[in-house]
This record gives sequence, structure tokens and C-alpha cells, in this order.
Amino acid sequence: MTTPAELEQTQVDPAADEVTAADRPWLTIVWNDPVNLMSYVTYVFQQLFGYSRDEATKLMLDVHEKGRAVVTRGSRDKVEGDVAKLHGAGLWATMQHDT
Amino acid sequence: MKGWNRRRGHLVAQFEQPEAALLRGLVSQLRELLGARAGETPQDELAELTGMTAGPSTPPADRVLARLLPDFHREDAYLSGGMRSLHEPELLAEKDGVAAVVLDTCPAYGGTVRLSEEQAHAWLSALNDVRLALGTVLEIDEDMPDELPPDDPRAAHLPVYHWLTWVQESLIQAATR
Repeated sequence: MTTPAELEQTQVDPAADEVTAADRPWLTIVWNDPVNLMSYVTYVFQQLFGYSRDEATKLMLDVHEKGRAVVTRGSRDKVEGDVAKLHGAGLWATMQHDT
Repeated sequence: MKGWNRRRGHLVAQFEQPEAALLRGLVSQLRELLGARAGETPQDELAELTGMTAGPSTPPADRVLARLLPDFHREDAYLSGGMRSLHEPELLAEKDGVAAVVLDTCPAYGGTVRLSEEQAHAWLSALNDVRLALGTVLEIDEDMPDELPPDDPRAAHLPVYHWLTWVQESLIQAATR
């Protein structure tokens, strides 16, 4: 990603659906790519998942600096829908069963 | 084009005629590419009866389409195929829809573009899709310089990419102010 906007960092917990210990959740993972703007990725996280600006910025920075971030987790259906929404917005996202 | 401003609840910018023509041309090309992929959707009697269309289960061979419609899972091709078949028709329709909003709101001969919040959201998606398409063709990576050497065949097109980046960034800043 490119072009950093003004940044504030806070610790956040990605929005999580209720899951039991026996039921391993699915994860929505967003991968870094060189085209998507940092400001746009932050905007998309806020728009699609209702994160605050600080939470969305923290997740965006994780994608940018670590190459990937888990942005939501939950049932397979929920995560499948979230990945589809991210693809709609042009972000590079995949789903994966938590290990 | 001097950037977007927020005025009375709308996002407003002035586009010169060549800027409007350039943007509309790129968005139209993208729609054609998406339309060609939509045309590959397998037709069957069940789909016609139920109105539920299933998309192809294999990724597009075209690298631009492949970037716009990535796999759902990194390793599990079977899972990815099923998800693609299920979601691709709606994703294509969504991308075509936001592209249509740009064509509906950007005058062919330039002038004022005035967007509602919803239309601005569509513009951001469409601008991003066009940048992804161009970025794929230009092989943009993290180390891409602002300018390429004149003998690089991509040199003439890189400014277009940078301009689109600027239009998108400016709209994000105005929309989130």
C-alpha cells in the first residue's frame, strides 16, 4: 500500500462473532498489495465492518507492515460473505480455517 | 481537476474535458472486460428456471480479471472454485454498477461532477478497480519510481496511473473529512 495518512495507533480486538472453543472459527485475511491506498484500505474497513477510524487504521497498518491481517472472524458463512465484500471493494482477501 | 471538495453534503470536483474523456475511456474498457467475463458464465436450464446464475469455478486467465476477482482461499482450489461459482456473478454486477455510476455522473465533455455520499462510495470502488487494472498491466510494485526511463514502454502510461491515484486519494480525504 502507499501514501500514509495521519496515523493514530490504539490496541484493538478485531470484531469477533461468538464462537465456542470446540468450534474453530474461520478467519478473513487481507493481504498487502502495492496498488491499494492506505487511506482507501482504512476507509473500506470502516465502511464494511463498522470499525472506528483508529481500529481500521491499526488493521491497515498490520496489513502494510506485516503483509497481512485478520480483519474478521466467525462462521464459514460470515467469513465467506466478508471476503466477497472485500473483493467487491478491490481488496485482496482470502478466508482460512483457524488452526 | 484540482481535487475534490465537500459542498452542502456533496462531493464536488471540476474535470477538464481530456480528464473526463480519459476517465470515461478507462472505466468503459473495464466494463467491457467485466462484461466479457460475465459472458463466460455457464448457462443451464436450472439457472434459467430459478434465476440463480452460477459463475465459472476457475479463475480468469486474464491477469487483470484475475486481480479483480481473486481466489477465496489460498491453497484450497476446490473451496475457491465453489465460492467463485457462487459469488462471481454478484461481484461482476457490483463492479459494473459502480463503473456505471462514474459514467452517469462524469460529463463526457468535462465540467462539474457532483456526488452524493453513495455515489462517492461507488466512485471510490470504480477508481480502485481501474487502478488495479492499470497497476496490473504496468506491473506496479512497492518500488515503482514516480517516473520511468523514457525507453520503458510503460513510461507514457505511468502518469495516468499516478493521476488516478491522486483523484482517488483526494476523494477519500474529502469524503472522510
